[in-house]
Amino acid sequence: MNTLLTIAAKEVRDGLRNRWVVATTLLMAALALTLSFLGAAPTGTVGVGRVEVTIVSLSSLTIFLLPLIALLLSFDAVVGEIDRGTMTLLLSYPVARWQVLIGKFLGHAAIIAFATVLGYGAAGVALAMSGSEIGPESWRAFAAMIGSSVLLGAAFTAMGYLASTLVRDRGTAAGIAVAIWLVLVLLYDMALLGLLVADGGKTVNAGLLNGLLLANPADAFRLFNLTGFKSVSQFAGTAGLAAQVQVSASVLLAVLAGWVAAPLALAAVLFSRRQI
Amino acid sequence: MTDTPTIRVEGVSKRYGDAFAVREVDLDLAAGECVAMVGHNGAGKSSLIKLMLGLTTPTAGGIRVLGGDPANAAASHIRRQVGFLPESVAFHPSMTGRETLDFYARLKRVSRDGNDALFERVGLEPAAVKRRVGTYSKGMRQRLALAQALLGGPKVLFLDEPTTGLDPALRQSFYEIVRSLRDAGTTVLLCSHALTELEGQADRVVVMNRGRKVADGSLATLRGLAQLPVRIRLTLPSGEIVETACANDDKVATLRRIACEGPELADIEVVQPSLDEMYAHFLRREAAE
Repeated sequence: MNTLLTIAAKEVRDGLRNRWVVATTLLMAALALTLSFLGAAPTGTVGVGRVEVTIVSLSSLTIFLLPLIALLLSFDAVVGEIDRGTMTLLLSYPVARWQVLIGKFLGHAAIIAFATVLGYGAAGVALAMSGSEIGPESWRAFAAMIGSSVLLGAAFTAMGYLASTLVRDRGTAAGIAVAIWLVLVLLYDMALLGLLVADGGKTVNAGLLNGLLLANPADAFRLFNLTGFKSVSQFAGTAGLAAQVQVSASVLLAVLAGWVAAPLALAAVLFSRRQI
Repeated sequence: MTDTPTIRVEGVSKRYGDAFAVREVDLDLAAGECVAMVGHNGAGKSSLIKLMLGLTTPTAGGIRVLGGDPANAAASHIRRQVGFLPESVAFHPSMTGRETLDFYARLKRVSRDGNDALFERVGLEPAAVKRRVGTYSKGMRQRLALAQALLGGPKVLFLDEPTTGLDPALRQSFYEIVRSLRDAGTTVLLCSHALTELEGQADRVVVMNRGRKVADGSLATLRGLAQLPVRIRLTLPSGEIVETACANDDKVATLRRIACEGPELADIEVVQPSLDEMYAHFLRREAAE
C-alpha cells in the first residue's frame, strides 16, 4: 500500500511540475465557466434551472475533452519510462510490477479527478453565486455529473495504460491512443446511428441497442447523465429516450467502473510478462 | 568468504527472437568479491545483469541470487539487498536530487536519515542536492546513481559501465567506494569496456563474447592461460631502446641472463600484457574455435 502511494505521489508531483495539472484545471474551468454562462442564454429570463442546462452542455464537453486529456496523459506512462530507461531502475527495486502500474494509474487518475472537480466545481460556484434558485435535486445531478466525469476520465486513462503496455514504441502507443479516442468518442455513435437507419428497426431492438450503448464507456456516461435525472433529460431532449432506456443508473456506473478495471487488469497481466 | 556463493548462474541462456543474448553461462560470485565483466557492446553483459536482477527470465538454466530466484514475485526481500547502477542512468528530470533519493529510499523501505551521509559519500554538494536532476551534469547524475545504488547497504551491487563520462579524479573516488564496500563483504559485479582502469580493482575478470563466457579467473590466472609474451624493454646508455619478448614462465631467467651477460644498461622495463591485450587474445581464440 505504501509503495502504491509513493509511486502515485511521484506521478502527481511530476504532473504539478510539468504544469499538466495547472493546464488541465484551467482548461476545464475556463470551458465550464463559459458554458455555464453562455448555456444560460437560450433559457433567457424564464428562470428555469440553469444548472440542468449547464449539466447538459458540460457532459457533452466531458465526452469529447476528458477522454482526450486522459489518453494524452497516459499513453506514455509505461512505454515512455521503458524508453527513457527509468523503468529498468524502478523494477530493480523491491516493487511488484502491478504496484508500478496501479500506482502510476492512481497518480494520473488523481490528476484527472483534481482538474475535473476543481474546473467543474468553479462552474458550480459561479452558478450558486449568480443567485438563481437551485434545488437539491439539481445539485445532486451536478455532483453526479462531476463524479461520473472522473470515472470516465479514469476509464480512458486505463485504456491509455493498456495501449502503453501493449507496444514497444512510443509513437505506436500515441497512435493507438488517438485511434481509441476517434473510435469510441466520434465514430462509434455515427456507426450506431447508421446501423439504426439502415436497419429500420427490423432486427435492432431496444435490448440490443442498450447493449451496444453499454459497450462504449462514452455512451454509458452520456446515458447516465442525460437520462438519469428527469429534470436534466427534459433539457437534453432525451426525455423520450429516458423513458425507453431500461438500464438503471447503478448499472451504468458499474459499466463505467468495469471500463476502468478491465483494461487496467489486462495491462497489469501484460506488464508482468513483459521482458524489459 | 562463505561457502555458498551469493550469486549462482547455472547454464543460463537468454534468447530474444532468434538471437541469443546469453548462451550457457555458468558463473559463481562470492561475498566480498569484486568481479569485472568485460566484453564489447552486445557481448551479453547487460543482458546477464538484467537476468540476475530478475527483470527478464532465462530461456534456459537457473539463477539464484542470495538464495532465491530474483524473477520471482516474492523476491522483494532479495531486491532490498541489491543495488543497481544501470548503464545509461535516467532519472525524472523534474525531481530534485534529494527528492529522487527520498523516492528510492521509500521504495526500498530504508530510513531517509542516512541520505545526507550518502550524498556526502558520493560527493554531491548540498547546493546540488536541492537542484532538479534535469540540470545535472553527467558526473553529478552518475554520483546520484551511485548514491541510490548504495541505499540500504546492499549485499550485492551491480554496476553497469559505472565510470563512463567520469573524470579521472571522480573515477578514483568511485573505485575507493567500491573497494570499501567489497571489504565490508558486498559482492560487486562491475561491467566495463574500459579495461585498463579495471586492472588492480577487480579480484576476478570474466570475459564475455557474443553471449558466451570465454574466460574467468584472476588477472594472474588469465595471464597464465593466455600465454601472452612478456615484453622486456631495455634502454642502452646511448639512449637506444631495444625490445625483446619472452614467455611469462621464462621471465625471471631471461632477466637474469640480461643482467649478468648482457651489455651495460640504463634501464629495464618489464611490460606485462595488459587487460586489453588479453581480452583481444581471448576474442581471437574464440573466433578461431
